[in-house]
Amino acid sequence: MSATHELHEPEEELNYLTNGKSIRSWLLTGDHKRIAILYLISTAFFFMVGGFFASLIRLELTSPTGVLLETETYNKVFTAHGVVMIFLFLIPAIPAVLGNFALPLMIGARDLAFPRLNLLSWYVYMSAGILITWAVVIGGVDTGWTFYTPLSTTYSHGPISLAILGAFLAGFSSIFTAINFIATVHKMRAPGMTWFRLPLFIWAMYGTSVVILLGTPVVAITLALVMVERWTGIGIFSPELGGDPVLFQHMFWFYSHPAVYIMILPAFGVISELIANFTRKRVFGYHFVAFSTLAISGLGFLVWGHHMFVSSQSMYEGIVFSLISFLVAVPSAIKVFNWTATIYKGNVRLQTPMIYAICFLMLFTVGGLTGLFLASMGTDVHLTATYFIVAHFHYVMVGGGVTGFLGGLHYWWPKMTGRMYPDGIARVNAILVFIGFTATFVPQFIVGFLGMPRRYHYYYFAPEFQIYHILSSLGASILAVAFFTPATYLIWSLFKGEKASANPWGAHGLEWETSSPPDSHNFHSVPIVTDEVYDFPGVEYAHPSHGHGKKPKPTEPATKEQH
Amino acid sequence: MASAHAEVEHLPVHVHTQYEDIEQQNETYIVGMWSFMVTEVMFFGALFLAYILYRWHYQPDFYLAHKQLSTLWGGINTTLLLLSSFTMVLGVHFAQLRKKNLVVANLIATCLLATGFLLIKFTQEWPAKFEHHLVPGHSFGSHPEFLAGASPRGAELFYSLYFLMTGLHAIHIIVGIIIIAILAIVWARDWKLASEDYIPTELVGLYWHFVDLVWIFLFPLFYLIPQ
Repeated sequence: MSATHELHEPEEELNYLTNGKSIRSWLLTGDHKRIAILYLISTAFFFMVGGFFASLIRLELTSPTGVLLETETYNKVFTAHGVVMIFLFLIPAIPAVLGNFALPLMIGARDLAFPRLNLLSWYVYMSAGILITWAVVIGGVDTGWTFYTPLSTTYSHGPISLAILGAFLAGFSSIFTAINFIATVHKMRAPGMTWFRLPLFIWAMYGTSVVILLGTPVVAITLALVMVERWTGIGIFSPELGGDPVLFQHMFWFYSHPAVYIMILPAFGVISELIANFTRKRVFGYHFVAFSTLAISGLGFLVWGHHMFVSSQSMYEGIVFSLISFLVAVPSAIKVFNWTATIYKGNVRLQTPMIYAICFLMLFTVGGLTGLFLASMGTDVHLTATYFIVAHFHYVMVGGGVTGFLGGLHYWWPKMTGRMYPDGIARVNAILVFIGFTATFVPQFIVGFLGMPRRYHYYYFAPEFQIYHILSSLGASILAVAFFTPATYLIWSLFKGEKASANPWGAHGLEWETSSPPDSHNFHSVPIVTDEVYDFPGVEYAHPSHGHGKKPKPTEPATKEQH
Repeated sequence: MASAHAEVEHLPVHVHTQYEDIEQQNETYIVGMWSFMVTEVMFFGALFLAYILYRWHYQPDFYLAHKQLSTLWGGINTTLLLLSSFTMVLGVHFAQLRKKNLVVANLIATCLLATGFLLIKFTQEWPAKFEHHLVPGHSFGSHPEFLAGASPRGAELFYSLYFLMTGLHAIHIIVGIIIIAILAIVWARDWKLASEDYIPTELVGLYWHFVDLVWIFLFPLFYLIPQ
């Protein structure tokens, strides 16, 4: 490839953001970094849409009789919240934004294996987003994000097929990303980048891709069957046709439980990077953390029945699913213990990403442990369809997934944009996320345990629940501010932020050896890996010989946080 | 990526910029294609799961209902698909030997055999079901003589699964015909896109064999149910 490099010599000053400024050069790009930016903008947009619906829900619940919404409208609002947040934000957020950006850089590749497929994945994602938005605008869907039959096939009258088609397409968009990641990780690692030198983020991306590859097609065909049943009357779920609606639930949860791991495994990967780099220690038990990722990917496929303990599943089935659900807590616990052990006696630097990582540890631990309440059949019967479940999965998906996303976004932001964000305000904001989140969802645990059902927009039968709902709504207001603030200061930093050096954190991964932001081909020459990624003692910070040799930079790093 | 790096044309085979060499590119393509095959297996797999479940529930009805399917046409269709797999293998083989005309001939033969399969399905098999009111819906089973004593519930599920699974398979066949026809044109015109190496042909072949393999399962599951 030396021939191509010579041709690019004159453009060396250009980085991937400045190499081509037309809209067309963005919309038809094959560059994984640009596609990551496209995904970042679009997922952030849909996060705000989903957040809007969340605030409607919290507003409605401040009064025992409801404030604003009709019953029908409330159903549509929480459905829109769920569908948008899950299919359009949580599932693509970390893989398609941070993974797309960092994965080729971290393994020393010039791009993902299939750049055009990658671009197609963004277009398919956007079509999904447009369809789902359209479905919400022209009347809304009131089935819940789970689209349970026979409600979705027979009784509900709304643009359900549109929403389902949107979810179907979103699934294919993530399948394309997963195929890309698997082929890239298998075949395009730089020389010397063995499997056990891979950053744990790459292991997480790999595990996630396996889950997407095996799970998503199942939900795709399941949702397609619902569409066909609505359109043609040919279906296998309708009891009127002799079908079994519970089969839908089995096929749906066969994907949708692993989908929880699609949302949380990438966050695990981010947290491994953050904790290693901000404690300047090798991740304790690297192999265990790597293999626990694969264990979660595998075991995650065997636990879907715990969503159906009260759905006419036999008791014996329930016992097996319950036991395996306990088992899947083991690899998750391995990760949490290993991260904690990594922090122990580490050289901890409490910069923004690390604060998010610590938030993650605390919130995810609560989310994981309350999962055990729901995995045991006895307590689950009491807690099913209450706010306890709502709080539990928000602890895992928001407390885990979104804090992981925010931590990773702050961590790679200098690399993505070449700018530092204001660290002080970002740190305060990270703590605000924790406070707002806890204030929102701890009351929900309590009120759920006391019996507040989910998906109700009133509770006049138990006005004593109001105090919990008001606390929760207050917390949600804090959380809304804390989620909106990063959008403002990150955009501000694009224009006014301090210029970032190639390696502002003093990290050791390959992505920090190229310039910030990287040029279109990531590396000027293929990096050769000779040591482990978390091998910190030998790191020289912002080494001028790394990345662009032609532009000697002062060895003084850009931020004041450096040693 | 291809357009930006037209300068590597002196290489015998086009290597995209993200790859080191042709071996890496080919191996990556193959891994990518097999990953896609995995998703296809799971895509059909969910329907096979539903089939297993309902056949377990309604085995006698499935047996009675399946008598309405024509084993003769089904058998002919199986033969056509097996032959098309054979011509596809020959196509890949001659692509490796870079014998352009033979590749094109075999790809066209594959297309023709697949089209024959669809013709039989859409002119001989499915219309008969419509005539006999065996298509699930309001008029299903309004001519009970064609149910051959099967309970309408079980028979309707059988035909639901029949149309869903063979329909999904037929969509795959149509996609396959389009892809193979494009590939044949690419070879005939000597476009650099895919004819400078055999790997694109092999990948299309992989897809085609998968589609055939699905039929190899569908045929006995629907046409050859034992009592």
